[in-house]
Amino acid sequence: MDSIKRAVNSFGLPRVIILAFFVFLLGMAAFYDLGIPALLGDVIRRWGMFGILVLAMVPAIQSGIGPNFGVSIGIIGGLLGSLISIEMRDMGYFEATANPEVVSVIIALIFAIVFAGIFGFLYGLLLNRVKGSEMVVSTYVGFSMVALFNIMWLLLPFRSGTSIWPIAGEGLRTTISLADDFGGVFNDLLAFELGDMSVPTGLLLVFFLCCFLVWLFTQSRIGMMMRAAGSNPNFARAAGINVNKMRVLGTTLSTILGGIGIVAFAQSFGFLQLYNAPLMMGFTVVASVLVGGASVVNARIFNVLLGTFLFQGILTVAIPVANQMVPEGNLSEILRMIISNGIILYALSKSREATR
Amino acid sequence: MSILNKVGKYLAKNNVTVLFVILCLLAYHYSTFTLPTLFEELFIRIGRNTFLVLSLLIPIIAGLGLNFGIVIGAIAAQIAIFVVVLFGGSGFTGILWAVAICTPLAVFFGYLVGSLFNKMKGTEMIGGLVAGFFSDGIYQFIFLFMLGGVIVVNAPDLMIATGVGVRNIINLDGNLRQAIDNMPMINIIDAAFYAITAICAILIIFRLAKKRDLQIKKLLKAFLPVAILWAASWIPAVGAFMSAPRLLLLYAIEFGVAGAVIYQLWKIFASKVLDKNPELPKMRLVYMGVAGGVYAITFIPAMYEALSMVNLPVLTYLIIAALYMFIPWFMNTKLGQDMRTVGQDRAVATSSGINVNKVRIIAMIMSTVLASYGQIISLQNIGTVATYGSHIAVGLYSIAALLVGGASVQRATTKQAVLGIVLFHTMFILSANAGAQLLGNAQIGEFFRVFAAYGVIAVALAMHAWSRRKGGQTLGLPAATVVVPAKPPESGSK
Amino acid sequence: MSEEFVLELENISKEYSGNPVLKNVSLSVKPGEIYALIGENGAGKSTLMNILFGMSVIHETGGFTGKVKIGGQEAKFTSPADAMLAGIGMVHQEFMLIPGFTIVENIKVGREETLPTIASRVFGKSLERLDTERMAADARKALDAIGMDINEFTRVAGLPVGYMQFVEIAREIDKENLKLLVFDEPTAVLTESEAEQLLSVMQSLSDKGIAIIFITHRLSEVMAVARRMTVLRDGEVVASKPIAQTDVVEIAELMVGRRIEKLVDDESRSVAPDENAEIAVKVRDLFVDMPGEMVKGVDLDIRKGEIFGIGGLAGQGKVGIPNGIMGMSPASGTVEVFGEKVTFSKLGDALSKGVSFVSEDRRGVGLLIGESIAHNIIFNTMTVKGGFLGLGKIISHHQVRAHAQSMIELLDIRCVGGSQRVGSLSGGNQQKVCLAAALTLKPRLLIVSEPTRGIDIGAKKLIMEYLTKLRNEEGLTIIMVSSELAELRSVCDRIAIVSEGKVSSILPPEAPDADFGLAMSAVGSKEVE
Repeated sequence: MDSIKRAVNSFGLPRVIILAFFVFLLGMAAFYDLGIPALLGDVIRRWGMFGILVLAMVPAIQSGIGPNFGVSIGIIGGLLGSLISIEMRDMGYFEATANPEVVSVIIALIFAIVFAGIFGFLYGLLLNRVKGSEMVVSTYVGFSMVALFNIMWLLLPFRSGTSIWPIAGEGLRTTISLADDFGGVFNDLLAFELGDMSVPTGLLLVFFLCCFLVWLFTQSRIGMMMRAAGSNPNFARAAGINVNKMRVLGTTLSTILGGIGIVAFAQSFGFLQLYNAPLMMGFTVVASVLVGGASVVNARIFNVLLGTFLFQGILTVAIPVANQMVPEGNLSEILRMIISNGIILYALSKSREATR
Repeated sequence: MSILNKVGKYLAKNNVTVLFVILCLLAYHYSTFTLPTLFEELFIRIGRNTFLVLSLLIPIIAGLGLNFGIVIGAIAAQIAIFVVVLFGGSGFTGILWAVAICTPLAVFFGYLVGSLFNKMKGTEMIGGLVAGFFSDGIYQFIFLFMLGGVIVVNAPDLMIATGVGVRNIINLDGNLRQAIDNMPMINIIDAAFYAITAICAILIIFRLAKKRDLQIKKLLKAFLPVAILWAASWIPAVGAFMSAPRLLLLYAIEFGVAGAVIYQLWKIFASKVLDKNPELPKMRLVYMGVAGGVYAITFIPAMYEALSMVNLPVLTYLIIAALYMFIPWFMNTKLGQDMRTVGQDRAVATSSGINVNKVRIIAMIMSTVLASYGQIISLQNIGTVATYGSHIAVGLYSIAALLVGGASVQRATTKQAVLGIVLFHTMFILSANAGAQLLGNAQIGEFFRVFAAYGVIAVALAMHAWSRRKGGQTLGLPAATVVVPAKPPESGSK
Repeated sequence: MSEEFVLELENISKEYSGNPVLKNVSLSVKPGEIYALIGENGAGKSTLMNILFGMSVIHETGGFTGKVKIGGQEAKFTSPADAMLAGIGMVHQEFMLIPGFTIVENIKVGREETLPTIASRVFGKSLERLDTERMAADARKALDAIGMDINEFTRVAGLPVGYMQFVEIAREIDKENLKLLVFDEPTAVLTESEAEQLLSVMQSLSDKGIAIIFITHRLSEVMAVARRMTVLRDGEVVASKPIAQTDVVEIAELMVGRRIEKLVDDESRSVAPDENAEIAVKVRDLFVDMPGEMVKGVDLDIRKGEIFGIGGLAGQGKVGIPNGIMGMSPASGTVEVFGEKVTFSKLGDALSKGVSFVSEDRRGVGLLIGESIAHNIIFNTMTVKGGFLGLGKIISHHQVRAHAQSMIELLDIRCVGGSQRVGSLSGGNQQKVCLAAALTLKPRLLIVSEPTRGIDIGAKKLIMEYLTKLRNEEGLTIIMVSSELAELRSVCDRIAIVSEGKVSSILPPEAPDADFGLAMSAVGSKEVE
């Protein structure tokens, strides 16, 4: 009995509840005969889709700025990169190459990294001035950036027919199809079917590669310095480490991962979503890593893998199950709100002064 | 020179406010709005939102920061309105029912949020924001699935065609719509007269019973003005004028000016003649001069035109005025002072015997209850409830408005709230039109005002965090300094 | 019963998780008496006051034994508010004032005068309105009583430090039933004239019948105002007598005197460098702005191969010296290590010049609590010197493991292995990890600050022996900062005593107890003569 208690404690009560809920949903899905393999295939696809965005939390939390609610800043960088790639494809730059889809996604990633890098650096400088209130400041800085870019999407001089509204020609569309660009490039790479379950091998490989690179970074000299700066700034100072520099580094990395993450997300989704789409993304992503066992001061790659899988798993399986019970409605969205905000509240109430 | 310095300092200190004044002037310049149309729209919005913004003040003073959780109060109000509409409540009685239902709900919610905040001291603001989203999720779950799905609700007008879930829009036409706004002045005066008569009677009986001083003079001072107004309402012409529910802004100003002048004259008379005070009270003359100045403004043709376009809903504005006066009064009570102490320094408060957690919970309950009333006022004015939308932006726009007025995370006054509402909503009204005129795209203006709201909050939060870091280093007053052992007992392990 | 004593403490004993910090302490204070409580840091003064005030630290750690009697009646305080009601007040060393409030509001905080309102009759007392006039009048009275003619509506923010202290006193004496007032090191932050004014205020309070417990290390002040005194040492009362029957030298001796702990064998101490040895560290005019441990102009010359002790009471600045040298707190002045000047503003400059530091704040500064023993040991060497890195600057786990294992064996760190988290180790073993990390850097100068705080005697002995061995065999220069005078005297070649931010004297370990006591108590040798 005691050992069970201890196991539950070390795993964290909310995770036990969420895991149980996931298993329960799977059971219900089996009961209603909803085709478990197809559902699982869906879960895996969404796991890869959201994975890199959630991974963006790791350098942020490890460098001491806490969960990066402002990851939407990186997402905007990624969207800019994708738009530039679409524009260049439209101008015919890639057609001479052997594989225009792959080139276009690489170009999108390069520009995403450049923009997210610049944004992240500036954002990191800001966060150094607001130590102790990073979470609420980053949330509103993220919101402001999304609102600012709502205006920019109307004003930026993109001309590609895929991107802008067809008739009025004023500004960019709300959703831009990637079918002619890099939609599905990762997903279709080495993809295979296992019965009803389709596995997007390429997407998972990209996700795991990113995880591996981040892990490798945390094992390097500079990565260890960054972790030290985050977990104990005074220790870091005593070791001659410039804590502020490390925080900027962590923020920049997190923002860049956000940019890469949205490109991977969009190619799997098939569409680029502009305007208010990234607004609440930060909350979903923060909640995912917390579900995986991270806290506001501590996060590991494992938390990303587990958290994203569980969180997306619940949302994916819940829709068909709920539709069996209640005929209609947008239960998935409501479930997302309750779970993500519930887990964040739980983490905040546990952290107490630890994050101040 | 020194005046210039002072002005410069003032401008630098209130940079957000100054920026908004400039923005408003620019937007007005480029928009096609005229002063009367702007005023008309603006005063509707002031009536709608001021109460909500004022509900933010108490948590700020108690050190809880900007209460992003007022969304939860708004949710309580919407639940109450749904119930009232469901059971066919209407008119002012319906409003009273809504208040009766939402008060215990809001108290309960406020208690929960307050207890939660006590577990996350220092991160209340992000906690409030997340708690708002979380409650929104629960609220949507109940309204979209439980109602009709689990709880049988037999009201086809309110429910989605399938019978499960509440419709997107609850129409308040014919029940609660403008039930507060449309209260005729004469009824208000009647009610006030009965109320003051009853209170005076109770006080006299109470004081007689306890053999205390009757303080008749004080009672008369409160009773007489109301009684005179009430008596005047019996004059047919006055009665007819008063049976309207709205008051022209122009008249409101004229009455205000006249009232001020009469009051000051009475004071001068009282001090010179009754108390035989030889000195002429100069400040009284200055006040009268100001009143005269305000009156003079109404003679500017553009102003005159604008002021005579605007009709104020009298009861709504009176309720707002009551809250406006309540907050400073409350801050001067023992509980209010305790809140200020807690807001300034929790360690000192604890060591002076103040129950910090309890005071913080009371502050949250008050804020949540006030926010729920504010939402009722706002929704009865609009006349429709967007079941899944009305509450969402409440926190964002109220907080942005307060900050625009020059408030910060730690300091906020009623004046700043009112100034902020005027500026923020002027910008809000004008931005779409100005955007269309200036850039040929109305959407830019709409996006801009959302950006402005978020941006103002981001800047205020960042500046607060920044100054707190700097301040913490220079003041040198440690936050928690209860006697602690010089050598912390180290247990050896862990 | 006649109230002969306002306060009686009878046989108070207290232990923190098995370590006794107070043993059978008894003392009694008469009305209107100024009673001095003297002792080194860790002697138990703070714990005694925490018990008196019913602080939650006491209940949370298992309470205490013995009796607290107020006016002859046994009192059981569960919170400071209870003590306040019983008429006991405290003037804190660090002010409990709200800068944004006026002096009136601060004096009346939590005890505001109120008038009933209509609302308060319905909803209860908390809605009574503040009686500003009466509050101001009370505040004025309290301020007048201590001779402070400042406008009572001035905000506290921006007042000079001395004024804040007097506002605190005014707040305490405004409490109607105040019988006993505790002053905790009240003169530490005051200028000389303010300190004199404070002493006279204490006198006048005592004339009014308010008893005062005066905690201080300034023995001259004790002699000036106190009537009786008690000296605490290691949680025990070593002496309790009227001031008239003692003198500064005796008090100093009582405060310090104790058996010398044998931490290191005598023969191993014999290799102290002579006076002509090379100067390893030259400190000139060092000022350090470390809150609570300000250093105000220190000059030191430390020889190569010397174990140099820095002692003194807490808050006097001894801990500020290493923190300034290492760049942890803003510092000015010059420090040369083997002729190389250390740039304080450049983070990690001292490290790169061959200085290793074992911080007094083990968990806060010394260790990465969440990381493994091995990572803690190699961390600084990896960041400063780029050691333990393999291919592509990625950490080389086998090098790390091997080195950690050798250090674990060398220092006898009791653990499961190098991969155990340091957070789960005992204090002594954590300290050994800190030392291992410092030594891994192969320093020319090792600074250890409070190396034995909170660790058991076995670990203490091992660390001290190892430090001596390092000096003897490798000629390492060591600076040891410690509050434990006995420990310094058992291993150091010379000991500098820091008082009020300055070196008051440098003594050999065998100097008499009284010399150490006087040096610590800010009584210059001139005053004694």
